[in-house]
Amino acid sequence: MVYGPHTPDDRSRMLAALGIGSVDELFDVIPASIRARPMALPAGMTELDLMARLRTLAGHNRVDLASFLGAGVYRHHLPPVIDQILLRGEFYTAYTPYQPEISQGTLQTIYEYQSLLAELTGMDVVSASHYDGATATAEAALMTCRATRRERVLVSRGVHPQARQTLETYFAGANLTFDEVPLVADGPAAGTTDLAALRRLLADPARPVAGVVAAQPNVLGLLEPMDEVGRLAHAAGALFVAAVEPISLAVLAPPAAYGADIAAGEGQPLGIPPQYGGPYLGILACRDPLVRQIPGRLIGMTSDADGRRAYVMTMRAREQDIRREKAASNICTNQALCALAAAVYVAALGPGGLRDVAATSAARASELAAALADAGAPRLHAGAYLNEFAVRVADAPAVHRRLLHRGILAGIPLAQLEPGDPSLADGLLVCATECTTAEEIELFAWALRDELGAGPGMTGAAGGEGTR
Amino acid sequence: MSVTGPKLQPTLFELSGPGRAAGRRIPAAPADALERIPAAALRESPPALPEVDEASLVRHYVNLSQLNWGVDTGFYPLGSCTMKYNPKVNEWAARLPGFASLHPLAPDETAQGTLELLWELERDLAEIGGMDAVTLQPAAGAHGELTGILVVRAYHRARGDLERTEVLIPDSAHGTNPATASMAGFLTVNIPSAPDGGVDLEAFRAALGPRTAAIMITNPSTLGLFERRIVELIEMVHAAGALAYMDGANLNAMLGRFRPGEAGFDVMHFNVHKTFSTPHGGGGPGAGPVGVRAPLIPFLPAPRVLREPAGTFRLERPGERPASIGRVRGHVGSVGILVRAWAYIRAHGSDGLREVSDDAVLAANYLRGRLEAGGAFEVPYPGPCAHEFIASGASLKRATGVRTLDVAKRLIDKGYHPPTIYFPHTVDEAMLIEPTETERLDSLDAFAEALLEIAREAHDTPDLVLFAPHSAPVRRLDEATAARQPNLRWRRQAPPAQGPG
Repeated sequence: MVYGPHTPDDRSRMLAALGIGSVDELFDVIPASIRARPMALPAGMTELDLMARLRTLAGHNRVDLASFLGAGVYRHHLPPVIDQILLRGEFYTAYTPYQPEISQGTLQTIYEYQSLLAELTGMDVVSASHYDGATATAEAALMTCRATRRERVLVSRGVHPQARQTLETYFAGANLTFDEVPLVADGPAAGTTDLAALRRLLADPARPVAGVVAAQPNVLGLLEPMDEVGRLAHAAGALFVAAVEPISLAVLAPPAAYGADIAAGEGQPLGIPPQYGGPYLGILACRDPLVRQIPGRLIGMTSDADGRRAYVMTMRAREQDIRREKAASNICTNQALCALAAAVYVAALGPGGLRDVAATSAARASELAAALADAGAPRLHAGAYLNEFAVRVADAPAVHRRLLHRGILAGIPLAQLEPGDPSLADGLLVCATECTTAEEIELFAWALRDELGAGPGMTGAAGGEGTR
Repeated sequence: MSVTGPKLQPTLFELSGPGRAAGRRIPAAPADALERIPAAALRESPPALPEVDEASLVRHYVNLSQLNWGVDTGFYPLGSCTMKYNPKVNEWAARLPGFASLHPLAPDETAQGTLELLWELERDLAEIGGMDAVTLQPAAGAHGELTGILVVRAYHRARGDLERTEVLIPDSAHGTNPATASMAGFLTVNIPSAPDGGVDLEAFRAALGPRTAAIMITNPSTLGLFERRIVELIEMVHAAGALAYMDGANLNAMLGRFRPGEAGFDVMHFNVHKTFSTPHGGGGPGAGPVGVRAPLIPFLPAPRVLREPAGTFRLERPGERPASIGRVRGHVGSVGILVRAWAYIRAHGSDGLREVSDDAVLAANYLRGRLEAGGAFEVPYPGPCAHEFIASGASLKRATGVRTLDVAKRLIDKGYHPPTIYFPHTVDEAMLIEPTETERLDSLDAFAEALLEIAREAHDTPDLVLFAPHSAPVRRLDEATAARQPNLRWRRQAPPAQGPG
């Protein structure tokens, strides 16, 4: 056994107790015609060799680049205290707190997570966690259909495309429909949700709308007129879903302030490393009247038989193990440890620290915007932004690739993120956080100026110089 | 347990005091940082988050952790959850900066190490499941079910077969199965169990027809029994033009012994947090990769990981596989979890994995035998079990009034996490016991003895059992008030903590 305790003698004793000669007899029940042929996996490795191979593979990833990549996943400072707590075996080797008497640790940490996110969003109810921002947004949209008994949702194109695509998959399964609300094409509001189009889409009496989903900031980094979106949604009898970035909520108006009924979002920025996509944290929160519609676990405070304060999973009649085919969702395993990470992160920074993360990121983004404009890449849109924005660069995907060879991850070409939108074809979406240094900004601006000034012919010779 | 015993903790909010939060983690923001942002978009007042110094924060969480029970604490025979030991090298691996710091939208050429690992893991899982291809995207078992059933739906639709609106599910199935069918737009048809615990073939035959899209089978079943009629079942499903889905929650019983794809299953999901030792995290995160046979590959979610002829790896581009069901989440998967699963599989190899299941099944049968011999609890399905088995406290309840719930709570006093109780719903006063392959023999013996001792207590000193636990950090909870008057978030007017004194 690689990790198990059984010696040959242990096995003999167990076999003898069962009165059988070989463990094979325990598998006799499998019909001979379908017994497995031997597997052809690579031979088992020693811990020494395993670690060497893992180091090699990890070493093939490039995480040493000057990165301006965001689009929903951000590089923030991770206080080491988070991982120390996540590595407590009592937390990470436990499962769902079915036995509350010996699960108060998990239960209270999740209750505290719910409370912290409730403060940030202004919402009454926060689910114990969903898989990620994309699935939380899809679940939020499904909630609006259950709550209103309507079958159509409107989703702004300012919502992250991966969340829109996930919503599309979930909606196809549920036989529900959605329409996308376009973004304003030009002028001062360019890149934000087109309110006139939203009004038109809401006006069709034959196809009543269950919910309107908009993001703050939106996927282009721009601040949306959320109060106006919410007002239009409510006037049509629809619910309003805000897709939010949690760190921004330290400085931006919370969803409750602009009338959102449901808030969803990607919790990765709250103390969770990027890890090429997960595990992350799906944030899902709502107002009290929707509490019976929210999917996923909820932890409540109560008392024990001696009157001591204690915590328990509650309102479980919404869940799959009780309601089966009538459950609000099929979610069972969630992202509890990621919610713990988020709670420790928020508590470790405190309100001032969290505001500093948001505001310092915004300040660095201002410096980045000025430096890139100076290098010949002005912003693509005029509207207000927090810490992420798009710049205009002719032939952006090619420039992006050449900058990569100079050791710079120049954000993401919008042609890759939104391939269907020609107005974004010349865009690079870039972000800054408190981890972005003045040197990185200078390197990016210098290299970009060089690329834009010198043209592609020169870069072959220069390529590789900036690579580290 | 510390000398004074575990301590209940005030909330973070009660530990808070103005100016107490740790300072200087990051540079303070310039005063004008937000001046360019319109006032209407900004908060009017800061969120009321707690301010706690780092030492108090650490004590808060360390003390909370001691109120918890994990696999690292002791025996955790929670049936159908496979609470096996979580190897520490896997935690190390997932935290390597090359894996942990990689942005999910990083260009393929900067992500070759992770892409290679994912590509290998897809193939390893396909080999283990006897499947032709695997997607690693689903974030959990239930998410894998949804993905798999959406693939089934897309398969039928692509063939113009639009009448298949039903999914057949045995009544012993996990609740996620029928909930998944509903989410994917199907009606659930419940199939009763036969007296031997298997699917009732006659009821199944009667329900199967042109409206059947798929059957979802958990094998071994949640009764801990290998589905004896699996060959006939799959033949009937295919003859009816439907597909066979295998819920792989119980795969820890069958590594190297049974491969669902070889036996004719068309789709399955893996629970890497069960079979492949990735930690359960207090409820998650896990991962639920889905394996399919060749005809279903076009419908798998996008993007997949591809290997180029030159030996490099890349992600599928948008629209590259038009029949795909689309995206089921952000990015390619819960990679940090998948790294751990890869490490577990590669540490074992084919023989090692087979030994895992052999030992898991042997340990479960040994424990079943011990309990059966003890006589206090019924073992309703005699004969060999898979990696877990059902015991029932029905006769104990009749004789003493002590329910399985009480037995479970008393196990806490004896130093064990209780098994899964009252599931499956088809067995009265059920306990579903899964020891896994990583529990020592003396520990199995002691657990069996503890259960038998509790049965004796139920006769002799029933109050000891009825009011258990007595030694846990808290006693039984008022769940009714929690549900009737939900308190789901801290508000400043909440009553002060009443410590244990």
